[in-house]
Amino acid sequence: MKLGIIAAGAALALGLAACGSGGSSGSGGSTPAGGSGDIKIGMSISTLNNPYFVQLRAGAEEEAKKLGVALTVTDAQNDASQQVNQVQNFTSQNMKAIVINPVDSDAAAPAVKAADRVSVPVIAADRGVNGAEVAQTVASDNVAGGKLAAQELAKQMGEKGKVVVLQGVPGTSASRDRGQGFTEGIKAYPNIQVVAQQPADFDRTKGLDVMTNLLQSHPDITGVFAENDEMALGAIKALGAKAGAEVKVVGFDGTPDGLKAIQAGTLAASIAQQPKLLGQQAVGNAVKAAKGESLQKVVAVPVKVATKDNLSEFTS
Amino acid sequence: MSDKARGWLSENGALVALVVLAVALSLLSSDFLSVSNLLNVGVQAAVTAILAFGATFVIITGGIDLSVGSVAALSAITLAYLSTTSGLPWPLATLLGLAVGVACGLANAALIAYGKLPPFIATLAMLGIARGLALVISEGSPIAMPDAVSHVGDTVAGYLPVPVLVMLVMGVIAAVILNRTYAGRAMYAIGGNEEAARLSGIKVNRMKLVTYALSGGFAAVAGIVLASRLASAQPQAAAGYELDAIAAVVIGGASLSGGKGRAFGTFVGALILAVLRNGLNLLSVSAFWQQVVIGVVIALAVLVDTLRRRSAN
Repeated sequence: MKLGIIAAGAALALGLAACGSGGSSGSGGSTPAGGSGDIKIGMSISTLNNPYFVQLRAGAEEEAKKLGVALTVTDAQNDASQQVNQVQNFTSQNMKAIVINPVDSDAAAPAVKAADRVSVPVIAADRGVNGAEVAQTVASDNVAGGKLAAQELAKQMGEKGKVVVLQGVPGTSASRDRGQGFTEGIKAYPNIQVVAQQPADFDRTKGLDVMTNLLQSHPDITGVFAENDEMALGAIKALGAKAGAEVKVVGFDGTPDGLKAIQAGTLAASIAQQPKLLGQQAVGNAVKAAKGESLQKVVAVPVKVATKDNLSEFTS
Repeated sequence: MSDKARGWLSENGALVALVVLAVALSLLSSDFLSVSNLLNVGVQAAVTAILAFGATFVIITGGIDLSVGSVAALSAITLAYLSTTSGLPWPLATLLGLAVGVACGLANAALIAYGKLPPFIATLAMLGIARGLALVISEGSPIAMPDAVSHVGDTVAGYLPVPVLVMLVMGVIAAVILNRTYAGRAMYAIGGNEEAARLSGIKVNRMKLVTYALSGGFAAVAGIVLASRLASAQPQAAAGYELDAIAAVVIGGASLSGGKGRAFGTFVGALILAVLRNGLNLLSVSAFWQQVVIGVVIALAVLVDTLRRRSAN
């Protein structure tokens, strides 16, 4: 009985594994004459529990298909130790290059060092790695994005009024950098006052709750900066008819839902990162690294202000 | 103090804590004690409270359900997917969404009652399975909720929020089940002493199926309320809410070793958590300190309650 269950479980696992590899190595079958078909790239993503990283993966898979390399993507489920294991497994699977999208910039160092020991180049995507050498870091410039957000919000508010900031998960680099950029940027506008900064953990529901609460203590605000679009969409829900009218909301990330809200006029602007482009560049450069080409240390994927005027650039 | 008053206090320690918290907050912030803010607190407590009512059944039997947050997300995603993507009529999609919640609960119970898995492990497995399925179905992206269902997140007559009404209805249902039905009394008996319950003729396994199915069903309702508030079902919604739900049940005076707990206590427990988060926002407490404060208040609320019970005995 017990053996039967174990056998059934193993069969299920094998079946799933076959499906998985069938999906990702489909492009490997039709190897182009370029001869990069035997290149295997491993990619460990911090979490696929977030549309942003799902798009990053989509970009990475597109690029892998285009270049005819086999790409294996794993999901670290926001667990830094699981990510270290995944990267170590990649090195034993003879991956020619590894793309890591760190769960945590510090905790990724041991994984990168393990890859270094067997001379597999590592590309850091979206977040950097502290305390270990990577071949390249491909990331958006979050500080610059925060500044752009401040400028756009100020412009739309007529350079005066009260603002609240919805912060991301406390202590994450994205929250820190975006917040820092915004604080620096908003200083240029003496008539704009930041009346509250509260955490909503990059989460839409929490954005709704925290914004509702802040409206009780600050009913007279005319601007909101949310450190990602999810919180901005929650805030818009809390603001109701005020969103886009008396109160301008600026988000960050340029997610599909965020862009829809810009189209609808409820979201004033979003600082669009380009996760697909980020994924494409990371994989493209990983292939270069696998072929032994030298890479520049940092690729800053540009962030752009998405507003109603230039929306078509982002939706295509 | 008279014995009667002391008895009341030991039964309603959480309520005393809530009142103290509310008084303190209304002194600290002039914005706290307004009708609109208190309704906000109600809305923000709703999802946790509904999850916690379901968890109350399970905790009374001496079990635990770690899967409720994931099941809530899976139910809402199922509803939204069936109705928005597959074009099923919304009432049918809603029923199927609720059915998915109940089915997850039944699967938990089957593993626990017949597979003899510890509840912690069975529901931990379901936590992963349900969250994973929600991601598989939604392909990791939010799905719009059907407009008809999204009214659950609105207000009636312009001021009374529907989530609060749903919370109250679910609370009354939970209280009636616990106090007025055979299944409810059986839950207390099983939590008090499972072997004695079995010997006295209670069909323990069948009652566990009922208990976990209720928990799954309540989680589905919570998930639908949550998604309705946002008009969008999100695969990552309600992550970690199981811990808030368990905290609410325990703050409300239930015992994790089973046999004790009330729907009203759970309601108060959920309100304490919501009042606290609301108050910390109103007072603009820093992001880092908020987590510390919430942790300390949970520990204090349960500690005071435990000490009072001990002195009452």
